Amino acid sequence: MRGWFVAGAALAALAIGVRGAGADEPGPGGLRPIAPRTGAEVYQVYCQVCHMAGGEGAAGAGAFPALARNARLATSAYPIYMIARGKGAMPSFEELSDEQLAELVSYLRTHFGNAYPEPVTAAEVHALRESLKP
Amino acid sequence: MNEGGGPLTRRRLMQAVGLIGGTAALYNMMTVFGHAAETRFDGPPNLSGARKGTRVMVLGAGLAGMLAAYELRKAGYEVKILEYQKRAGGRAWSLYGGDRFTEMGGATQEVRFAKGNYLNPGPWRIPHHHRTLLHYCKAFGVALEPFIQLNHNTYIHSTEAFGGAPQRYRALAADFNGNIAELLGKAMNQQALDAPLTAEDLDRLKEALRSWGLLDADMRYRSGPRASRARGWALPPGGGVDGAPKPSEVLPFDEVLKSGIWGSLAFFMNHEFQTTMFQPVGGMQKIGDAFARQVEGLVIHEAKVTRLMQDAGGVTATYTDLATGTEKTHRADFCVCTIPLSVLSQIETNLSEKKTAAIQAVPYNASVKIGLEMRRRFWEQDYEIFGGHSFTNQEIGLISYPNSGFFSDGPAVLLGAFANGAAGYRLGGLSPEARIEAALAQGEVFHPDSYRKEFLSGASVAWSRAPWVLGCCARWNEDTRREHYQTLVALEDRIVLAGEHASYVGCWMEGALLSSLDAITRLHKRALEA
Repeated sequence: MRGWFVAGAALAALAIGVRGAGADEPGPGGLRPIAPRTGAEVYQVYCQVCHMAGGEGAAGAGAFPALARNARLATSAYPIYMIARGKGAMPSFEELSDEQLAELVSYLRTHFGNAYPEPVTAAEVHALRESLKP
Repeated sequence: MNEGGGPLTRRRLMQAVGLIGGTAALYNMMTVFGHAAETRFDGPPNLSGARKGTRVMVLGAGLAGMLAAYELRKAGYEVKILEYQKRAGGRAWSLYGGDRFTEMGGATQEVRFAKGNYLNPGPWRIPHHHRTLLHYCKAFGVALEPFIQLNHNTYIHSTEAFGGAPQRYRALAADFNGNIAELLGKAMNQQALDAPLTAEDLDRLKEALRSWGLLDADMRYRSGPRASRARGWALPPGGGVDGAPKPSEVLPFDEVLKSGIWGSLAFFMNHEFQTTMFQPVGGMQKIGDAFARQVEGLVIHEAKVTRLMQDAGGVTATYTDLATGTEKTHRADFCVCTIPLSVLSQIETNLSEKKTAAIQAVPYNASVKIGLEMRRRFWEQDYEIFGGHSFTNQEIGLISYPNSGFFSDGPAVLLGAFANGAAGYRLGGLSPEARIEAALAQGEVFHPDSYRKEFLSGASVAWSRAPWVLGCCARWNEDTRREHYQTLVALEDRIVLAGEHASYVGCWMEGALLSSLDAITRLHKRALEA
């Protein structure tokens, strides 16, 4: 875990200065950047809080959909779109780089009982993100 | 700062202040000029003339829903509340010893805190200007006590400064201000600041810098008694023959900047985080309980709403009775829906397409709070810290010390983490046991000799996994506000939405209450027209 942190306090500090210190932001001194690289690492940091460690999702008053054995992952554009745009309570993960998002989607498509081995490239992610811009 | 090379006007000075102190410093300057206002509350609503027998269903027994029910019943309406949980109070909640909490995914925590100790997983502090909440706390008999928001004796920690050694807030604050004052003083001497500030203005500014920044006669910020009176002494003043104090050494300015102290200075200037702040005696749950007493008998618990439909004659909610697993319906003339958007966006309704799009448009925060019970109050006994927060740039964000029971023996509960953003996602994704370990590993930087040694037990809430809300609170931005906010709050025939998500005081209890009062006032008007 420690390896995922990169020295970048100045950058983080800048980001906080622009947004101000609201109730829902990291501590007023900013957060040491968390920089997961592999698809598994990105999943553990950003996704498993809702979709759970095994990708099985969960249910309460509402539900988090399962990513395990999810036929929608057959089309790579679908998960890229969902992660880039968000849906309902799920935010858009703009802080993820094209590379991180590509690693993540490639990981999802080859784990949790999904078998779509064709890897997703950062260029594909970039192109789809560009097409979403107003 | 003076990029244009033109004369330094007041406006430019304010821009400079904004650059140095961050947006909150600028905001603070604006309040000086009277541009910032308090939240709005004109007293309880006047809902006179309600037609006898008109039925209102309220969805959700959080503060917004219970206030709506309380005021509407008082006005003469027949009210019922449908609530998913066994308890009322919504996010106004505390975890006490003996409580059991199962999060989404199935992980269950048994809270083992000593009697009287608690964790406030959600709201935990009340600004003195949140007048609606303060009004109803008084009306409903909730005892409040001070919440120690700003404590100069707490720590600031950054992995990027001072080799990772925490520094006292008061020292960093004094050193930051002193260096800024010295720099501005130098700029003045170089005539970088000239007309249209008059010579008198510049004299005043110089005196202000000397006084505020603790500068010496030569406008320098130096180690010595003057700085030590703010930042603390190496040897504090005493009595008798050895009473003379020894001044402390100021810290290197480059390290002070790296510490991010200016972020904390700006944080405390934020209107919502200014002293005086309050908390309920005995935990935030006391507010939930007090509201619940006012609507006793009106709440149908364990009702999971699955469908919400309105027609020309009324509103029908379909819900699963979680106690029996049976499907039921509830019918009323009108509906106040306080279900969080994270959940409402998954419920079938026949609301308009525009309204549905607004409900779908707002993501939720993923905050995590972790409570750590310690065998003794070592932060008071060994560090002279009484309440307040020590901040860090690690995932936990801060640790916060209890605001009551000072000097008492026995165990006390620290807030061991208030994680947001990426840190909230990551800590929330851990098992409850792993969250506690992360909180200990990161928090011990402040109190290395006692943190693990005195630790007894912990409890955590990852809001994304709270089964009844699926997130902490609504996260609007300027774009979504512009596109969807008015649609979201508009009364749509017989249904009106309320809650913190339907306010501009988002993530605060005050927002939930102001939204509720506004919603029922409009609903009442609609009911009279029916």
